[in-house]
Amino acid sequence: MYSEKVLDHFKHPRNVGEIEDADAEGTVGNPVCGDMMTMYIKVKDDRIEDVKFKTFGCGAAIATSSMTTELAKGKTLDEALEISRKDVAEALDGLPPVKMHCSNLAADALHEAIKSYKEKKPKNE
Amino acid sequence: MSPRVYMDNGAGRPVDPRVLDAMKPYFIEHPGNPASFHSMGFKALEALKEARAGVAGLVNADPGEIVFTSGATEANNLALLGAARRSKRKGGKVVRSAVEHISVINICKELTREGFTVAECPVDETGVIILDELERLLDEDTALVTVMAANGEIGTIQPIKEAAEIAHSRGAIFHTDATAANGQIPLDVKELGVDLMTLSGNDLGGPKGVGALYIRKGARVKPHMIGGGQEGGLRSGSENIPGIVGMGEASRLAAREMETEAERLTRLRDTLIGGLLEAIPESHLNGHPENRLPNNANIRFSYIEGEALVLSLDDLGIQVGTGSACAAKTLEPSHTLLACGLKHEEAHGSLVFTLGRNNNHDQVEYVVKELPGVVERLRAMSPLTPEELR
Repeated sequence: MYSEKVLDHFKHPRNVGEIEDADAEGTVGNPVCGDMMTMYIKVKDDRIEDVKFKTFGCGAAIATSSMTTELAKGKTLDEALEISRKDVAEALDGLPPVKMHCSNLAADALHEAIKSYKEKKPKNE
Repeated sequence: MSPRVYMDNGAGRPVDPRVLDAMKPYFIEHPGNPASFHSMGFKALEALKEARAGVAGLVNADPGEIVFTSGATEANNLALLGAARRSKRKGGKVVRSAVEHISVINICKELTREGFTVAECPVDETGVIILDELERLLDEDTALVTVMAANGEIGTIQPIKEAAEIAHSRGAIFHTDATAANGQIPLDVKELGVDLMTLSGNDLGGPKGVGALYIRKGARVKPHMIGGGQEGGLRSGSENIPGIVGMGEASRLAAREMETEAERLTRLRDTLIGGLLEAIPESHLNGHPENRLPNNANIRFSYIEGEALVLSLDDLGIQVGTGSACAAKTLEPSHTLLACGLKHEEAHGSLVFTLGRNNNHDQVEYVVKELPGVVERLRAMSPLTPEELR
């Protein structure tokens, strides 16, 4: 069963949607497995100014996406890269063991988005 | 507060209050064991006999052909392990359909460890077994064939009589798991020509923890529960008299009321299916369009996942099942839907509605009114949803 926090984030997801003029995006998972998510980020002065997500998946997939955006907002890119799957699960008061791997992909999607951003914008630019 | 609309009767069904009334005296007032030689024992023996006649009557069996078990899973074990272990074709072939219940699938797996080979008979896109394929799979070394009477998840009814004939033409024993079908559609063991039939108590509106196996007179199974020799030596252990009484009463009620109840459920089912398919774009019916159980609707919704649907509906007071991997212990989507040719991503977005006495027209209307909004909300969140559906 899910914690109250998971259910809350599933029912009332924070930062759901797309960012039209996103600086970068990252997608992980695939529909065959039942979970797929995309994270969009807007970056200003090396900080995540805005972040949104779109997710296909179960309750845990949607809740972890929502929580990841909350953890990431306002953080520097390097701080955000430190956010782990474990951090997301803990912030949600835990996930059922079976969901720890398959549905807890949102941090990976965030990292993908940040990496994509960094590749686009070399430091010496 | 949201209403209570429970449409997951295939997973667990409320006990009919009349059944509960019939059971009650056997908890305290009549505690006897049918093996005892005193009035309390005789009372229990009488109750056991009556219940056996009730269960037998519903499927046109002789009472002596009914063995009570702890449920459908145990009946499947007794049927398949028991028949295979008694078979002269030991180490031969066991053929099952691709859409059997997980208990049958895992028992067949167990039989491979005992030296049998297991073959899977495919189904068409509506879930009906392909009889030509069944015929092709059988050989002179086939010990056992098992095909469920109807599928509890997609509702598809199987051509059992034809499948049994094919099995018998090769000298194989034929078993059918009628857990989902019994009490929903008429079943006649003699007319169908089956050797073994699994029956469930709870699926009839009886209590949980009781089931039965029909064993045709002359068919042989080896017991796996060894003890005091109850149930003709085929299922030892003091009889669960209250449960058995409940299953007997539920069978009697079903025999009397099935026809009118099936008509009522069919109307509800068709209103539900029609209403949802019309209200929700890119929704599709799984299973057979006509040849399906009166109480079953299975619908898939593209671009979203079933567990998220189930959770959202629960919040509105609606409880249903899903074929999604995310709601399964195995993390695999429903093998039944995959066997019907659905892709993984299609199987993930399926909902299973199993109706019962507890459901009425107002509830169906409520579901048809609420579900489109739930689907829309989840689709708006999904990266797979095409632009025109957002």
